[in-house]
Amino acid sequence: MNDMNTKEELEPNSDVRKVDVSSVLKEESAADEQLETCIDVKDLDLFYAKDKQALINIDLNIPKQRVTAFIGPSGCGKSSLLRCFNRMNDLVDDCVIEGKIVLDGQNIYERDIDVADLRRRVGMVFQKPNPFPKSIYENVAYGLRIQGINTKRVLDKVVEESLKAAALWDEVKDRLHDSALGMSGGQQQRLVIARTIAVEPEVLLLDEPASALDPISTLKIEELINELKKKYTIIIVTHNMQQAARVSNYTAFLYMGNMVEFDTTDNIFTNPKEKQTEDYITGRYG
Amino acid sequence: MNSQAEEHGHHISKQFNAELEDVKNHMMEMGGAVEKQLNDALASVVNADSGLGSRIVKEDDEIDAMELKIDEEASLILARRQPAASDLRLVLAIIKTVRDLERIGDESAKIAKMGIKLSEEREFPEGFVEFKHLGESVTTLVSQALDAFARYDAEAALAVAQGDADVDKEYRSATRSMITYMMEDPRSISRVLNLLWALRALERIGDHAKNIAEHVIYLVKGMDVRHENLDSLAYQIVDAE
Repeated sequence: MNDMNTKEELEPNSDVRKVDVSSVLKEESAADEQLETCIDVKDLDLFYAKDKQALINIDLNIPKQRVTAFIGPSGCGKSSLLRCFNRMNDLVDDCVIEGKIVLDGQNIYERDIDVADLRRRVGMVFQKPNPFPKSIYENVAYGLRIQGINTKRVLDKVVEESLKAAALWDEVKDRLHDSALGMSGGQQQRLVIARTIAVEPEVLLLDEPASALDPISTLKIEELINELKKKYTIIIVTHNMQQAARVSNYTAFLYMGNMVEFDTTDNIFTNPKEKQTEDYITGRYG
Repeated sequence: MNSQAEEHGHHISKQFNAELEDVKNHMMEMGGAVEKQLNDALASVVNADSGLGSRIVKEDDEIDAMELKIDEEASLILARRQPAASDLRLVLAIIKTVRDLERIGDESAKIAKMGIKLSEEREFPEGFVEFKHLGESVTTLVSQALDAFARYDAEAALAVAQGDADVDKEYRSATRSMITYMMEDPRSISRVLNLLWALRALERIGDHAKNIAEHVIYLVKGMDVRHENLDSLAYQIVDAE
């Protein structure tokens, strides 16, 4: 399936109840006063063509320095939504986005937004590790070099800190100048995360970051996510529901372009409010 | 809440349907066996039937074996399927209910042992009326709790929790009567003490029935209502409808 649904298919569902996200956050924040909104999504619609609407009226607050997971069946729009946060959908022809995504008080879809800078602030990691065909060191230093930072002392420091933050330093510190392509898949994925955090983003978008990895590498990535959330806001798309249950604080369930339910992950996985959510996470045909 | 019961059979994995169905059926079978043990235990006391009493004590081992088997099935489901939401609540409720059923079995065996002792006494002991009455209330409570589980009926479960409060009252009043009997005729003390132990076992069985009812409310509503008072419980359950 692709990420597109025809409008006809969606019509019966278009009255899907609006999820009152603010009340969920309010409840949680009573227990946790530090909770702030990082990204505020308002009335977001996304069309891949005039009659192909992939996201329908999404309203969502992504809490700061927490992990939010998007789950849902293939084609539900979760990756489309994730890609809105750093305007990756701009690269898709005929893709039209309506509504607002507010990051730090600014709508990222305004004309005067510097998209390259936005993508530095909102880093993205994909399903398949995609290191550059360069050394480990140069992979991590790359983002700084294109910003014009070439001082060895600064680069050394950032490379070490980023690799440490990505829990990779101890494994690669003696071979920083070897090719990144010689690393294992799990190491490559952590290297890509190190490369992303080297430029000090605010938000990390993870699109199925562990689905191409073995179980041990997967656990290392999950462990890493748990560390990284202390500093970054993390949004993860995953098909592995147990992974969403393990790593995330909040979960949004999307179905056919609608956001059906958003709640704390604990509630979603023990006592979801909506039947569609229940059917999906328990593996029933709805 | 019947729809929920049916839906345990709508998984994409038919194997998972079968596993959940099996573990639930085995729990219900265990419930039936425990109910029978309880009824027989009451009869053994009332009819002073020591043969029946000994059989109940022996058959308690079968109840224990059932508990082990169901626990194993449930832990395999957890390991293999990582159930979520209502499936997870079903497996947890079964694990907890089985424990309470096993304890009801133990208490029934205790009652049967007291029955054996009482059958050795010649005279018709005082206090049988109270015992029979409390026994009937408790039996009803246990079968209502199991029915509520089978039908995923939170309101019926609430009624069981409320019923347990009445059982506790009845137990206290029966205890007072026993004390009176002992004061009236000191020769009856050892006999009435045995009956008191049996009454105490019945009261405990009422508590286990209430626990099962709480597991049913957790299963159906997703609310953990242990340690809550009955009024707020009623408010939450009826209000949540």
